[in-house]
Amino acid sequence: MRRLTVEQYQNVIHDVFGEHIEIASRFDPLVRTDGLFAVGASNALITPSGFEKFYNVARSVASQVVNDDNRLTLVPCTPVDASGADEVCSRQFFAEAGRYLYRRPLTESEMETAVSSANQVADQFGDFYTGIEFGLTGLLITPSFLYIIDETEPDSSSPSGLRLTSYAKAARLSFLLWNSAPDEMLLKAAESGDLHTEKGLERQVERMMESHFLTRGVSAFFEDFLDLEKFETLEKDTIIYPAYTIKTAESAKEQLLHTIVDHTVNRDAPYPEIFTTRHTFLDAHLGRVYQLPVTRPDGGWEPYEFAEDDVRAGILSQIGFLALYSHPGRSSATLRGKAVRELLLCQKVPDPPGDVDFSLFNDPNAPSRTARDRLTAHSTVPSCAGCHKLTDPIGLGFEQFDGIGQFRVAEQGAIIDVSGDLDGDEFTDAKSLAQAMHDSPSVPACLTNQLYSYAVGRAPARDEREFVRYLETGFAESGYSLQNLLSDIATSDAFYVISQPKNKAEGERSASLDVSIKQERGS
Amino acid sequence: MSILLPSKQSRRQVLRTMMGGGVVSLTLPFLDCFLNTNGSALASGAPMPTRFGTWYWGMGHTPDRAVKAKTASGPGIEFLEETKALIPHKDKLNYFGNFNMPLDGRSNYTHFSGWVANRTGSAPEAGGDIPAPTLDLLIADEIGKGTRFRTLDVSSVGIARENYSARNTYNRAAAEVDPVALFDRIYGPEFADPNKADFKPDPDVRLRKSVLSSFTEETKDYMKTLGAADKQRMDQYFTSIREIENQLALQLKKPEPNKACVVPERPGELGPQEVVRVREMDSVIETHKVMTKILAMAVACNQTNVFNMVFTDNFANVRRVGETYTHHLLTHEEAIDADRGYQPLTYWFNEKSMEGMATFIDIIESIPEGDGTLLDNCLIFASSETNYARLHTIDGVPVYLIGGAGGRMKQGMYLAGGGDPITRVGLTAMQIMGVPVETWGTKSLQTSKTISEILV
Repeated sequence: MRRLTVEQYQNVIHDVFGEHIEIASRFDPLVRTDGLFAVGASNALITPSGFEKFYNVARSVASQVVNDDNRLTLVPCTPVDASGADEVCSRQFFAEAGRYLYRRPLTESEMETAVSSANQVADQFGDFYTGIEFGLTGLLITPSFLYIIDETEPDSSSPSGLRLTSYAKAARLSFLLWNSAPDEMLLKAAESGDLHTEKGLERQVERMMESHFLTRGVSAFFEDFLDLEKFETLEKDTIIYPAYTIKTAESAKEQLLHTIVDHTVNRDAPYPEIFTTRHTFLDAHLGRVYQLPVTRPDGGWEPYEFAEDDVRAGILSQIGFLALYSHPGRSSATLRGKAVRELLLCQKVPDPPGDVDFSLFNDPNAPSRTARDRLTAHSTVPSCAGCHKLTDPIGLGFEQFDGIGQFRVAEQGAIIDVSGDLDGDEFTDAKSLAQAMHDSPSVPACLTNQLYSYAVGRAPARDEREFVRYLETGFAESGYSLQNLLSDIATSDAFYVISQPKNKAEGERSASLDVSIKQERGS
Repeated sequence: MSILLPSKQSRRQVLRTMMGGGVVSLTLPFLDCFLNTNGSALASGAPMPTRFGTWYWGMGHTPDRAVKAKTASGPGIEFLEETKALIPHKDKLNYFGNFNMPLDGRSNYTHFSGWVANRTGSAPEAGGDIPAPTLDLLIADEIGKGTRFRTLDVSSVGIARENYSARNTYNRAAAEVDPVALFDRIYGPEFADPNKADFKPDPDVRLRKSVLSSFTEETKDYMKTLGAADKQRMDQYFTSIREIENQLALQLKKPEPNKACVVPERPGELGPQEVVRVREMDSVIETHKVMTKILAMAVACNQTNVFNMVFTDNFANVRRVGETYTHHLLTHEEAIDADRGYQPLTYWFNEKSMEGMATFIDIIESIPEGDGTLLDNCLIFASSETNYARLHTIDGVPVYLIGGAGGRMKQGMYLAGGGDPITRVGLTAMQIMGVPVETWGTKSLQTSKTISEILV
């Protein structure tokens, strides 16, 4: 069971009822687990105040669906007499809306609850649509809507004797690729049993990979993978950085995602090249920080290609990354280095010791002008050195970009030295650091592991590691095509394995042991 | 069991009966908010409810500049420079010094272990791990059932996930961070003003309650098909539904007149320039004041008996205009001024935090209730996650108990812990609030030793 994320909730409602339905509420945040909110969603509970928010949003959505502007288009039938119940019409509404919202047809009992509630409210109020509103509110606060539930059915061919129902498979697939509920064709494939066949599954995956909704799915993964939720609390001192506004943060996040999606989906270019690509997009808010002209008169997004000799290339030179991993009033080589290690290379940087005495190197009279001067002090203190040697040599490579990502060559009058090395691969500036990232074998390995975790909602179990290595091999053989990797996951048996509860003795989750690796590539 | 009809009918049958125009008999639970007309006691003659709150600030105190250490417990707290804002309230609070936080060899997850151990009685096994319910929720289980909100969780620092109230790692509510949203949630259309002459239960509410009950019953049937682990998680879901059912039930009942309850003014929306400065200390102070007024009146209006306020978060993501570092970073990276012997910029934030606490007390105390004030009927557990943030020390973490607790707690005392576990304070607070607990905490944090010196 995985609780819907805010984005999934919004996407489902918008897909079913239209983009014009407003959803104005914060839901309880998920806990980032094993580096992903998607994993935290598998453990998420609904608190009383969290339920109150879901309830209020449900009421608001239901109210909008039946208001005077929307009822004719969103309710698929007209009641014979709108001044009371109309069982036929309400049944039709709940059959259609409920199937999309629950990602499966309502059971007869569920239908009876929805219809009888709606009809009785309609009679009480003398208004058919009020009945629909109340019934729809009810549907929207049930676990069948709020959670993606792994419903199972008997399967004699599985060692566990169970398999996901075809509707549960459809939901898992749809939330991975589109970050939303299944569409009509996918539901039909589930209904017919087509999804339980290899060919039928492949047909659906292929179709969904070609859909424009794939960009939404890929974007959702990278938002989680890169922990872009942090943008919600990003704050900069506007006296120190007058070019920064709240719009800058919104645009910076958008630019990151826009660049990644364009690169991996539209161009289907090799994933490691997201660190070296010169293609990006700009709007007026970012133009001010990059000090580049944005020619669109309305200040909207436009494609931009950095010159070959520009100091910037790839996502790590974008202000989204640079500002997010900085302090409110200055850059931070440590935060940037830590983000690269943990997010992009999947390497854990230990927490700092609890009793560090920073005053040892915070002598106000010391001639420390640059970040490198200050951080060199860390490496002289044994309790600090271990971690700072992991983070700072990477982070110092970005020091020519200040706390919001503006380019500079000096700090307090001293020329900034941006040379360093990434696990032995030496670089001279942010661009050659980006090349080192591009060449690092840890980069695709990390992406593969996290994409699989994201897909199944848990870290890979011990007995799945061979499968993850198999995915890595396929990823490499495809020229690091993200779409190929997604497709491999989506068509694999492992993706549809039924999760078992956490095995505390082993310290990790265990999947049912019927993970089989397809042998098409002879691995 | 539906509260709509005292029968063993299924909710669907209940719904049909009610909708069919039958007489509806409401059997509502006894509510603590049924006060007599002058607000000094419940209509039944029982004493006023005692409410529980927490107040949190990040980064602790500056050593030797907050509260003068004593080796023995007794009346009189010597407030130093950093806590001078609390002097006017010296007879309304207790300070607990030299209580320790043993972690039994587990890591001190910086700025995390401190609040978790202090509020749950157990040290976390990993960063992010919340091993047991926080004490406010244990108290809410005891005293929060009859009010509209089991707890109200508020933060003035703008980070919703930084709410130090949780059942466990994955069962942690978000704090309200927007004053307007907080106001609307409490005083919106569903608020029944107790001093309004006319009261007509909204027919919508009864219907919503019935529909909710029908879907809940249906969900219970459906849940039978799930595995054991999922069913366990659904227990919390049904608990949460009951909270909404309770809220709806309360809306059907005319609240007793309550002179103390005066609906505050709705705050204005923040403009873009204010949004971008939401974590500047001046903004935090202002937001805190506005949200405290809304929250305190919600307590006075008997909307909740338990409340949590986060002034600044555990990483103190607040800053001063023009400073390159946040409060948290300053604690680590600001040099100690050789002449003054402390970190002056950090100290500024610490002092502001204590001014914030004083403001919180002022506002609660400004609301008359019965023969005294709302503060007399509150017990507020105010704490931070570290003692000295620069070194992440958690032994000696500062804790204050504020308010009269309905006459159950002596005030104005310095309590010397002598190295005892800090959980003694939480245990005592829970016992004052009527939680039937004799022993609290795990491993070296476990204690059965009440701080009897403060009990009346």
